[in-house]
Amino acid sequence: MPAFAAFASGLVFGMGLILSGMVDPGKVLGFLDLAGPWDPSLALVMGGAVAVAAAGFVLAGRRAVSWLGEPMRVPGARALDAPLVLGSLAFGAGWGLAGFCPGPALAALLGGGGTKAAIFVVAMLAGMVLFELAERRRATRPPPAAGG
Amino acid sequence: MTIDWNVFTPGPAFTGGLLIGLAAAMLLLLCGRLAGISGIVGGLLGARHGPRAWRLAFVAGLVVSPLAWSLLAPLPALRIDADVPTLVAAGLLVGVGTRYGAGCTSGHGVCGLSRLSLRSLVATLCFMGAGFATVFVARHLLAA
Repeated sequence: MPAFAAFASGLVFGMGLILSGMVDPGKVLGFLDLAGPWDPSLALVMGGAVAVAAAGFVLAGRRAVSWLGEPMRVPGARALDAPLVLGSLAFGAGWGLAGFCPGPALAALLGGGGTKAAIFVVAMLAGMVLFELAERRRATRPPPAAGG
Repeated sequence: MTIDWNVFTPGPAFTGGLLIGLAAAMLLLLCGRLAGISGIVGGLLGARHGPRAWRLAFVAGLVVSPLAWSLLAPLPALRIDADVPTLVAAGLLVGVGTRYGAGCTSGHGVCGLSRLSLRSLVATLCFMGAGFATVFVARHLLAA
């Protein structure tokens, strides 16, 4: 049942990306190009999405389990650290280069994005795997010798 | 700054946004999970992230959404101007960056801002700023 709910959520999410225009890199770059003829549409996408999602978080409150009885697992990190800032800057640069962020790129695979969307998604997954490998290496590195 | 009123689509943009927010609220209230696409996908690529079924199901719904859409209306045409090397570089930056930054447009931008997370506000300002700057350099400095 939770898997079906997750499938339905992904489906609605993708429909929202298609309807809003987020799935079209040309539209996204029109929003990111403040110095050109500017298309403010995507600010409204964010506004609409935040309004409804915020209601969801209010409804969720401090619940320990979801309506389907699943444990609530919402990230609790609060640190404003270098990985957050540098990672987000790198993400923004990539977003500005091609006009794709992760959700729209996945929706574009069967949504008319063709080979170009597939190339972007493969590179994106490769980037995510690089992160996993780096994190695994960091986790298994022996701690520095004490004393000395 | 001049607004291009010919391409401004406030109605579909806002309604599409409502759907995105609804999807995030569904995943939270039904599955107890945050609708951050980079985190959901990235969690499928490492062994240390716990259950996978809901992640696979969400990604499957997202990937097949255009097929459901095309039953109701024709799919809009996409404009992907980037060449292959640019797409590869952009994909790598988005993949590595969203994992170190622990979120993307959905996780930080939609969900994080919705729950008033300072961390997500900082991340959103960073990726929006970098996006604006990159397009400015690419379209107005290098292409000039």
